[in-house]
Amino acid sequence: MQLLALVATLLLLSAVGFHLGRRRAAARSAAADRRPHSLPVYYGSYVALWSGLPALLVLLGWLAFEPVVVRSLVVDSLPPAARELPPERLGLLMNDVRNLAAGVVTSRDVDPDMAAAAETYLRLKRLGAVAVAVLSLAAAIGGLGLALRRVRPDLRARNAVEKLVERLLIGASTIAVFTTVGIVLSLLFESIRFFNAVPIHEFLFGLEWSPQTAIRSDQVGSSGAFGAVPLFAGTFLISLIAMAVAMPVGLFAAIYMAEYAPRRLRAIIKPLLEVLAGIPTVVYGFFAALTVAPFLRDAGTILGLSVSSESALAAGVVMGIMIIPYVSSIADDVITAVPRSLREASLGLGATRSETIRQVVVPAALPGIVGGLLLAVSRAIGETMIVVMAAGMAANLTANPFETVTTVTVQIVTLLVGDQEFDSPKTLAAFALGLVLFLVTLALNVAALQVVKRFREQYD
Amino acid sequence: MNVASKPALGQATLDDRRLAKVSARDVDVFYGAKQALKSVSIDIRPNEVTALIGPSGCGKSTFLRCLNRMNDLIESCRVVGSIWLDGEDIYTSGLDPVQLRARVGMVFQKPNPFPKTIYDNVAYGPRIHGLSRSRAELDEIVMTSLEKAGLIDEVKDRLQEQGTGLSGGQQQRLCIARAIAVSPEVILMDEPCSALDPIATAKVEELIDELRQRYTIVIVTHSMQQAARVSQRTGFFHLGELVECGETEQIFTNPRHKLTQGYITGRFG
Ligand SMILES: Nc1ncnc2c1ncn2[C@@H]1O[C@H](COP(=O)(O)OP(=O)(O)OP(=O)(O)O)[C@@H](O)[C@H]1O
Ligand SMILES: [Mg+2]
Repeated sequence: MQLLALVATLLLLSAVGFHLGRRRAAARSAAADRRPHSLPVYYGSYVALWSGLPALLVLLGWLAFEPVVVRSLVVDSLPPAARELPPERLGLLMNDVRNLAAGVVTSRDVDPDMAAAAETYLRLKRLGAVAVAVLSLAAAIGGLGLALRRVRPDLRARNAVEKLVERLLIGASTIAVFTTVGIVLSLLFESIRFFNAVPIHEFLFGLEWSPQTAIRSDQVGSSGAFGAVPLFAGTFLISLIAMAVAMPVGLFAAIYMAEYAPRRLRAIIKPLLEVLAGIPTVVYGFFAALTVAPFLRDAGTILGLSVSSESALAAGVVMGIMIIPYVSSIADDVITAVPRSLREASLGLGATRSETIRQVVVPAALPGIVGGLLLAVSRAIGETMIVVMAAGMAANLTANPFETVTTVTVQIVTLLVGDQEFDSPKTLAAFALGLVLFLVTLALNVAALQVVKRFREQYD
Repeated sequence: MNVASKPALGQATLDDRRLAKVSARDVDVFYGAKQALKSVSIDIRPNEVTALIGPSGCGKSTFLRCLNRMNDLIESCRVVGSIWLDGEDIYTSGLDPVQLRARVGMVFQKPNPFPKTIYDNVAYGPRIHGLSRSRAELDEIVMTSLEKAGLIDEVKDRLQEQGTGLSGGQQQRLCIARAIAVSPEVILMDEPCSALDPIATAKVEELIDELRQRYTIVIVTHSMQQAARVSQRTGFFHLGELVECGETEQIFTNPRHKLTQGYITGRFG
């Protein structure tokens, strides 16, 4: 709450700065009897930015480093015996210290050392809060004052604001990039830890997946097996089924919309199809589990097939329905991008519409269509909710779509749900799976964008 | 002012419209509520080149596209009146526009080869209409079409290369070869040289003159010189009306209508 009050104060200061800057610009140019370089608004923004941004930086820096700094200070204050503890135990101890400080129940009896540490912790926290408030307010007021003094008719406030805004935008995109890099790195490091426990070839080529490892060494019957091939195969099978549904339907829908539908009908159909893309995937998930899967099972029984109630088919079909709009909207875009002149050439030679589509339009649009399909595949591979609800957990290595299979995403979920030790191979396996998933979808996306780009260049 | 109906300028039409290759009477064309052509009547004679000239937006392309019913493809477009090809009404419901377009070929303003090989570009029409029974026959059609289009020497060693890789002028002649390959009776050309340089233009003009032996040609052009060079008859359009139509020689030396006179002497348009 203190933080909130601080932020509000800073914003208020900025607003005041804006006002002062504008007034001062007007007053100064009137006094000097010359037109200011920029509109008054820019002088206001200039002062507001100068008072807001430095304070914001201070605040962000504090948010980023405060926990680390406080922790290391508290650890330093602990008696030597506690300081020598192995990292995990030390982590637990620190947890308790924090809980004690917050007045929550701790997992062990409180000894004087801990009480002292909690005291230190609280004191440091309070000190930090005061420090950051003082510092950021100082930065805000200082920035405001400095900027205000610079406001003169010949100050190029418009250009200065432009530059500051550019920096702000660069900052935002840097954050986005660094977040991605951070995620990838953490995936990578945890995966490496996993591969220290389980050899990488065993993971990539092993045929058996049963990630239950013994929690205590005296437990029996639960040796882990981390062969991910059944998961890859299950993912592949479901994606294949999904594409078998989405490709013809999406493509034909796109062709109809682009080539046949009268303009008014197109204006209705296209948004309707895009609604499909807006349905939350959980909804698809229970649609798959509660409607499609039982239907397929019953249909299978009538036909004398044994369809499991959680089948690759049910998940794949529903996933296919989910990605129809991705296929159709990209295909529609590239088909309409095929120049009209090519169609006219073909029709002018006495070809029918469907001949024209088959022999001229689709071949010309093919690279773009392929790109769209690749994007859709990468969607399918990364999709989780539908398969969690409809495909099952059993890691069967099978090509039979009526059986239960499991996918990479489902396993990641099951590995991480519930109480887990954070450094057992079982949990770490989730990171390795995540890394594989990331690499595959990345490759697909890059390839798809490349193909689509080349297509665009061809007709621009 | 409905000039087309004035008998003094009635040279646009023949007394017996059955003698014409293509004959249009009182053709009106509307795009939605907007009228683009007003009561156009003209007879196109066989084995002649007929040039259509006139200022931009006067309806030349619109008229041309009526002759092979390409206007059907535009949702808002409506055609009224009658157009005959060899004495047959092409706007009766019994007539299949797809079949019609095989008889009335078209070459467009911008060269528009398919993104296929040169060979496949020319073979496209014959394949669709099943004009050949064997590969050898198809080869024959492709080669003679390329020859008639005056392109054979330039491309005979690269038939399997992309048609889009040719120069603009070569592409346009490829498009002409493609149109010829289905053996049409009439070839419509909408400003076929507007994207070409003078040398490529000269080649295409030469080609048009040769093609006249076998085909009836209607060409839209913005170049008065081109109309004078390649055509036997010329029609002048203005604001959706056919103002005057007659022998090219007469139109350019002795136009009867003052609008025509103004246009060819460059006073407007
Ligand atoms: N698809 C269309 N929809 C609506 N109006 C059109 C369409 N095509 C042409 N028109 C209108 O019809 C009129 C005649 O157009 P047309 O293209 O036949 O002219 P043009 O004589 O060929 O001109 P240019 O010499 O510039 O090619 C113009 O006023 C044009 O705006
Ligand atoms: Mg035109």
